[in-house]
Amino acid sequence: MKIKGLVKSMRYALIGGVLALLLPFSASHAEYGDVVINNYADAAGMRPVVFPHWYHRIRFRCKVCHADLGFAFKAGGNDITMEKIIDGQFCGACHNGEVAWSIENCGMCHSGIPNTPTQIHGSTVQRLVAPSYKSMNAK
Amino acid sequence: MKKSILVGVSLLVAALVSTPVVVMAADTDAVSSANSFNRLLQKPAEKNLPPAEDGIHDAENDNTYVLQPPKIAFDSLVRSDFGNYVDWIKSLREQKISPRNERMGGGEEPMIMDLDIVREVRGSMPDVIFPHKGHTEWLQCSNCHPDIFIPQQGANRMNMAGILLGQKCGVCHGKVSFPVVTTTCRLCHSQAKPEGWAPSKSSASVDNPWQ
Ligand code: HEC
Ligand code: HEC
Ligand code: HEC
Ligand code: HEC
Ligand code: HEC
Ligand code: HEC
Repeated sequence: MKIKGLVKSMRYALIGGVLALLLPFSASHAEYGDVVINNYADAAGMRPVVFPHWYHRIRFRCKVCHADLGFAFKAGGNDITMEKIIDGQFCGACHNGEVAWSIENCGMCHSGIPNTPTQIHGSTVQRLVAPSYKSMNAK
Repeated sequence: MKKSILVGVSLLVAALVSTPVVVMAADTDAVSSANSFNRLLQKPAEKNLPPAEDGIHDAENDNTYVLQPPKIAFDSLVRSDFGNYVDWIKSLREQKISPRNERMGGGEEPMIMDLDIVREVRGSMPDVIFPHKGHTEWLQCSNCHPDIFIPQQGANRMNMAGILLGQKCGVCHGKVSFPVVTTTCRLCHSQAKPEGWAPSKSSASVDNPWQ
């Protein structure tokens, strides 16, 4: 009985060790500027939304979304919902079957790994060794 | 019971086979993992990975494979060494891309303003030149004025700590526009200090009785 327990714990320790060696390679390497939006999606049983800036800035100047369409410069800061989208707001100003493919393609936008928090990916703040520092006398 | 020993032994063998590789890579066998060579360095991620491998798109989602891999899109653009590894300013000026200025296309041409603002910088770093030109090629005056910057030279307080935390220039730089990393410092800090300039000494250094 004792031996069995020992073998069992040894086995788990080894599996743990092997996993620990593999772990550093599983960090995320998503494209700079990709925005994950997950205020509500997960809670409603949908994958989080991934918005690719690089793809859209090839096709539109920033001002189209951030001035004309009123997207505030803040990941998760626009309180986007499906009801607003089908009424032509936010993503719905273009994903309407006219400017771009329309809303029934759920999985194109809802493509994130479940439980990924709202964030702008690869940002300088995210990459700092420690979260923040304050200068001695902020001007 | 026998089976679990067998699994345990085979895992042990696997671990023994793989350990020497790891140990050799660490220069000396005596160094504990707490003292590994790089404790905090984040190795640069592989560039422009396809969605299914990038760690935020779900590989279980069929649509993930319909999304365009960035490498294919960036092939014909001017490349750089940071951010998306694309020089967005050059790609636009050389017309490798032609982003719309209106949602439906057409419409007015963007109003481009060629006005450089010089900001004197404390300490040894070259002064900052803010070019309106590159910005108004992408953005509209109201994206910055008056919410982020009062449109008057010198009326705004900024410093590097705030920028790194996402204030002022950091609203965009470090998020979507080029990041704030060693290789980009000189893109903003681009005006050399005047001839004969030297950093001022801290009073603790001037008053230092031991010096
Ligand atoms: C053009 C992109 C896009 C498409 C296509 C899309 N969504 Fe969304 N959806 C969003 C965004 C953005 C949010 C806000 C996410 C958040 O904050 O969690 C959202 C939120 C949601 C939410 C949670 C908030 C709410 O309104 O209840 C549900 C549920 C949802 N979507 C379901 C769907 C379904 C089902 C489809 C397909 C019929 C779909 N979505 C297609 C972009 C999209
Ligand atoms: C097609 C629309 C679109 C275009 C074009 C676009 N953006 Fe965005 N941007 C968004 C969306 C959507 C978000 C996320 C908003 C949210 O989560 O509510 C966002 C968020 C941001 C943020 C906030 C990041 C943060 O959390 O601090 C910044 C900064 C930003 N965009 C800058 C830019 C710049 C610079 C350009 C041009 C090079 C640009 N965007 C082009 C749609 C767009
Ligand atoms: C200003 C118009 C506009 C807005 C606003 C917009 N999109 Fe798009 N989006 C497009 C266009 C155009 C395409 C390209 C469609 C095509 O290739 O047929 C696209 C494509 C995409 C793609 C597919 C990229 C690929 O790899 O093929 C995703 C995902 C996407 N949009 C998500 C979003 C989300 C999420 C939002 C809202 C947060 C949004 N978009 C808002 C215009 C827009
Ligand atoms: C990306 C952000 C951004 C955009 C877009 C932008 N500006 Fe500015 N602007 C600035 C900054 C930063 C300053 C310098 C403020 C300071 O020195 O405190 C400035 C300063 C100014 C000044 C003061 C110049 C002086 O000598 O005092 C004027 C006028 C101005 N901007 C007009 C405009 C107009 C007109 C547009 C649109 C065509 C525009 N700006 C677009 C960021 C921007
Ligand atoms: C509203 C968003 C925004 C803000 C705020 C902003 N920038 Fe930019 N900046 C951009 C965009 C977009 C580009 C285009 C290149 C890119 O995306 O990498 C750019 C490019 C630049 C360039 C390269 C221009 C060229 O012609 O090569 C410099 C230098 C620069 N920014 C400095 C600054 C400084 C300094 C500040 C603060 C005083 C600042 N920016 C604030 C969005 C912004
Ligand atoms: C997006 C543009 C931008 C980039 C990139 C940038 N800086 Fe700055 N930096 C500024 C601005 C703007 C100021 C404030 C100038 C002033 O006082 O008005 C500043 C100020 C400074 C100062 C003076 C101290 C202070 O906080 O005011 C130092 C030192 C500095 N930067 C170092 C760096 C280093 C090192 C890098 C590269 C890692 C860097 N900067 C990258 C824009 C930038």
